[in-house]
Amino acid sequence: MSQNKEQEGLPTSSEVRLEDREYQYGFITPIESETFAKGLSEEIIKKLSQKKQEPAWVLDYRLKAYRYWVTLNEPTWAQVNYEKIDFNELSYYSAPKQKIGEEGASKSLEDIDPELLKTFERLGIPLSEQKRLTGVAMDLVFDSVSVGQTHTDLLEKHGVIFCSISEAIQKYPEIVKKYLGSVVPYTDNFYAALNSAVFTDGSFVFIPKGVKCPVDLSTYFRINAKETGQFERTLVVAEEGSFVNYLEGCTAPQRDEYQMHAAVVELVAMDFAEIKYSTVQNWYTGDKKGRGGVYNFVTKRGKCQGQSSKISWTQVESGSAVTWKYPSCVLLGDHSEGAFYSVALTHDYMQADTGTKMIHIGKNTKSTILSKGISTGNSRNIYRGLVKVMPSATGARNHSQCDSMLVGAKSKALTIPYIEVKNSTAVVEHEASTSRVSEEQLFYLRSRGLDQEKAVSLLVNGFCKDVFTHLPLEFSVEAVKLIELKLENSVG
Amino acid sequence: MLLNVKNLKAQIDGKQILKGLSLQINAGEVHAIMGPNGSGKSSLSKIISGHAGYEVTEGEIEYEINFKMKNLFELEPHERAQEGIFLGFQYPVEVPGVTNMMLLFESYNAIMLRQGVEPMAQDEFNKVVQQKAEFLGIKEDYLYRGVNVGFSGGEKKRNEILQLLVLNPRLAFLDEIDSGLDIDALKVVSKGVNFFKNKNNAVVLVTHYQRLLDYIKPDFVHVLSDGQIKVSGGMELVHKLEKQGYDWL
Repeated sequence: MSQNKEQEGLPTSSEVRLEDREYQYGFITPIESETFAKGLSEEIIKKLSQKKQEPAWVLDYRLKAYRYWVTLNEPTWAQVNYEKIDFNELSYYSAPKQKIGEEGASKSLEDIDPELLKTFERLGIPLSEQKRLTGVAMDLVFDSVSVGQTHTDLLEKHGVIFCSISEAIQKYPEIVKKYLGSVVPYTDNFYAALNSAVFTDGSFVFIPKGVKCPVDLSTYFRINAKETGQFERTLVVAEEGSFVNYLEGCTAPQRDEYQMHAAVVELVAMDFAEIKYSTVQNWYTGDKKGRGGVYNFVTKRGKCQGQSSKISWTQVESGSAVTWKYPSCVLLGDHSEGAFYSVALTHDYMQADTGTKMIHIGKNTKSTILSKGISTGNSRNIYRGLVKVMPSATGARNHSQCDSMLVGAKSKALTIPYIEVKNSTAVVEHEASTSRVSEEQLFYLRSRGLDQEKAVSLLVNGFCKDVFTHLPLEFSVEAVKLIELKLENSVG
Repeated sequence: MLLNVKNLKAQIDGKQILKGLSLQINAGEVHAIMGPNGSGKSSLSKIISGHAGYEVTEGEIEYEINFKMKNLFELEPHERAQEGIFLGFQYPVEVPGVTNMMLLFESYNAIMLRQGVEPMAQDEFNKVVQQKAEFLGIKEDYLYRGVNVGFSGGEKKRNEILQLLVLNPRLAFLDEIDSGLDIDALKVVSKGVNFFKNKNNAVVLVTHYQRLLDYIKPDFVHVLSDGQIKVSGGMELVHKLEKQGYDWL
């Protein structure tokens, strides 16, 4: 097992580089895994489905998606450059060798491999009873499988279902069948088709009518195995009048090879229901030359199906070598509301092409977009957003604000808004700004008694605060620290 | 003595700017430094604040901390500020997203922390700031705007003086605090500086014009030329410069 790079010698130059000290999640867990041979075929998919003891309709869905996927070409419209991915050089299933996660068996903590527990402790996620986070129920996904959940009793009492998607397929097939692919059909795009064919695990959330979920729900994704893809599938259904706050966090070890992550997340909100979905994404970014890192190709979409339903996406994107991600809202119900709040930080050779789509269909639907991009080093940070108002969406309103902050002379930021309005009563506003953090700003703040760290923190918090306020408190503290840490050494 | 600059030589981008500058400043004094463009006036202020662009090649700067003269070069820029050195910028920098009040609060408490004094609570602090802002004729809503963002030249300078009054340093270097000011703004800025100065602190005015010195009376006037102080004196020197320019040096 290769050594954690962070511990190999000291940085040679006096300037400590970002990845030398900052990616503290770069370690690899020495755990025995069962990993499928590389390659993708109908055989592999059948094997995968069999492994998970899935009902026939799931296999059928996978195969249909696969047959569609093979007819597609990888999209090239995003402004990201990366080596072409050979999808036959990836493994599509990797699981820690133990019983859990396979048959939807009970997942008490005693069943979890101590190495895994240690991994999550090291990631700052204590799983043991006494240390467990109060007020947050967690699901942990390690490579291809979900390895443990917390607070199951409390959730059960309220009728909230929070389990891995594999378990949901076994236990609640009728709900999964009804909603799987209902927001993101497998025909949606290349990566969604791929995910639909080979998705391994992810979370399933069902909030019954009128229930305000008593705790925040959280999933933590960890890619460990080498040359595997993580294809998680998350489905959140909020019934009439319900509410849920859902958080997800992600890390991956530091490896020279690329890792592939192609998730699909579907949210469905019924009448008067509200889903708040927050992400702090900190996948490994690759080294300063741009080697390694995670390719993050994600399709996230929420459907405001019922009237006056609300869905908000809040994301802090600080990791991945390449990000291709557009959490979107389909505003179907009258008076429904969608929101997208995003902070995206890129450094070194990272490339992020991210943004949102707001599709207004129902009457008097409303959407808000607030995007903050921070671009440092040689990185490229692109906001790409679509606001579409259909002929039926009388009285639709949108407000978009996209701000970019550039650090250093070589970083790039780009804002690409697409607006399509087919109803003359719609009001669509777009504002954009670009600013640059300069040595002079930092000197100015330091000459007022603030150390470098504090100065950077003030600048970044000032820039991002409107987004951070939409994160749940603990997440917001974590996000602030994460961004500060990442920025500290790339400024000045 | 508060500040002792001894034979300071410094360069920026390989270009020699200061060529053996010496200057002593005591508490309770007001000094004016005049001189032609490019003589090194602004450079001196920036070196004292610790701007990273300058390389000191020779000489030393001592600064009094707790009754002892300390080597200023051993302190980081923010530590110098925390020890009571303030630089009023010729071109105050815009800092979007950070409000004036936030900056003042963070700065004030960073200084207090260093001095071992209890930090002030935000509410109490806001009142102190509002009072000083009112004294300088700064409208309250300016306090909650981004630092210097969209401010006119005069407003920026006034904002520097507000910081001066709130942070209450022991040594204030004010770099061309009068440039770009109309007469009313000049009066307000001068009022602020005169209110600030007392027997325990020192003010250094870097300026081109007599005008400022009509409002703030210096005890010492120095003429800086070609990286050195060529001549020192009192107000009579200012009058001579106004009449004859710098050619006689």
